[in-house]
Amino acid sequence: MSLHVENLKVYYQTLSGDVRALDGATFDIADGEIMGLAGESGCGKTTLAHSLIRLTPPLKFIGGRVELDGEELPIADMEKMDDFRFRKISIVPQYAMNALNPTRKIGKMTAELLASKGAKMKDVEPELRRRLDLVGLTQDVLDMYPIELSGGMKQRMVMVLSTLLDPSLLMADEITSALDVSTQKAVAEMLVEFRDRQFVKSMIIITHDISILYQVADTIMIMYAGQLAEKASKETIIESPRHPYTKMLISSLPQVGVQVNDTRLKGIPGTPPQLLEPPKGCRFRARCPLAFDKCLEVPPFVEVDPGHMVACWKEPGKNA
Amino acid sequence: MLKLQGISKTYKVGTFGGKELHAVCDVDLEVGTGEVVSLIGESGSGKTTIGKMVLKLISITSGSAFFKDIDITTIEGRELKEYYRNVQGVFQDPFSSYNPIFKADRVFAMVKEEFYPDMKPEAWAEKVDQCLKDVGLNPPDVLGKFPHQLSGGQLQRFLIARALLLETEFLVADEIISMLDASRRIDVLNLLADLKKKGLSILFITHDLSLAYYISDQAVILYRGSIVEMGSTERVYFNPQHPYTKMLMATVPRLDQEWEDIEIAIREKQLPIGQGCVYFGRCPFATDQCSLERPQLEQIESNHQVACFSCKRGS
Repeated sequence: MSLHVENLKVYYQTLSGDVRALDGATFDIADGEIMGLAGESGCGKTTLAHSLIRLTPPLKFIGGRVELDGEELPIADMEKMDDFRFRKISIVPQYAMNALNPTRKIGKMTAELLASKGAKMKDVEPELRRRLDLVGLTQDVLDMYPIELSGGMKQRMVMVLSTLLDPSLLMADEITSALDVSTQKAVAEMLVEFRDRQFVKSMIIITHDISILYQVADTIMIMYAGQLAEKASKETIIESPRHPYTKMLISSLPQVGVQVNDTRLKGIPGTPPQLLEPPKGCRFRARCPLAFDKCLEVPPFVEVDPGHMVACWKEPGKNA
Repeated sequence: MLKLQGISKTYKVGTFGGKELHAVCDVDLEVGTGEVVSLIGESGSGKTTIGKMVLKLISITSGSAFFKDIDITTIEGRELKEYYRNVQGVFQDPFSSYNPIFKADRVFAMVKEEFYPDMKPEAWAEKVDQCLKDVGLNPPDVLGKFPHQLSGGQLQRFLIARALLLETEFLVADEIISMLDASRRIDVLNLLADLKKKGLSILFITHDLSLAYYISDQAVILYRGSIVEMGSTERVYFNPQHPYTKMLMATVPRLDQEWEDIEIAIREKQLPIGQGCVYFGRCPFATDQCSLERPQLEQIESNHQVACFSCKRGS
């Protein structure tokens, strides 16, 4: 088991109270697993990633525990987390294109980054150059400023940087969203390649684009309004989802080959709830066609089939 | 309804404006009444530039554009205002289309001031209500609110309602879906489809191939400012001929099948601007002819045109 998260609660502090952006998440990621994390904007997927690596105000740790390779992550302690960041757990941020220091040549910036983690550029450099080749960047980029690179090149550079010390867990936050489809494919396949070559052990890919996840991920986890809705293998999520939200979400995605004149797709009526004072019980209740009395309680995230977790009272899990 | 003939947009770049950048190069395009035409391309392909030229937000460097047989390149003053009554645009980011200091319905008030100054307030309010209902919003829920109190989908539909108030006949929709959540996207697309049935023509600008397929009658594939392939949506999607279109179609992430293994050239070598085929640098089938001459759009079957020498050679 690479990552184990148990009942993790992280809220945002605001002047009008706590926003419950992540309210009780429990899940595991196996060694070598690429997990896709999908959901609408504001569902807490980025909050989850940030709280695993850099939990700073306005984020507030409320409860829960996180284990990485059997070791407990002190996620609430900024200083202790320094030992893990970049070495054990790393992130390719959402705006990776702006993540490079514009006033430093990339090679120099890399050396400084490594020095801050007590590693030497000299030891890592041959590997760095090999990896640049792998992602299709020339060796010259180390002597360039970020401004000289295109968006896609910067993205690949950040990917190489983030994984340079072979972290156990890599989180990639919306890294393909700003790219063109052809570049998108190349970047997504590089992520898989990184896992196959064991630069990273396991990975969380965060995106709102489920069709990308179907191409690269092993499992997909769907979040809704700060809670987990469903986690299963990608085939199961796409072909036989069990949670009503997942079902409606999957069926609302337009595909090449579907035209409005033949098949009119349906959206999900309503809007996600406010997380400042979220409604009691299942947060999808107001938009759910199957909702009934029991939904006033929070449904547990239970295993309905091996490897298939669902949080819905309509599912005959162990607890039903 | 709208007819573009050989329009180009050239920007002067460099320190003293000595270099030229061809954002759009010699594009011919036609949009009929009640027709949805998708402009599909990657970033930098000139799709937004075309949209902005149609809306006269930027000038057309060369070529001509006609809207109902009126040459729009030269119109100004009263005629221009009349043109905007018929042609409106909705853009990608709904949040930046509003002034955050004012309430969102100010966009409606401005329409009234400019175009319907004589209308009675009651009649106007009724008209606003009707348009909001037409785009699937509940008027009491959304009127009198500030932009930050409304969701992206609501704001986007607000803007479409604004276009409807003017009884617009032609809508330029520039990436209007991209900022919306998956569960809301389809509602806006369905709305456009309904409006299309009522006779609205739409120039739908997008980089998302599956969205374009869902709604459009005609698809136009752009690469670096030139049309490489155009025709009816089915023909372009299921019988792509240009190497670029083929590559695009193969890289669309799908839910029913995984990516095939195809080579994607990331590094590209480029020809001097204005010489040869725009796709030369990335094309696996490029020949010497492609580096010297620019291929013209050729009809390969009814309602399907491709600009590529290799397709002609093949047939």
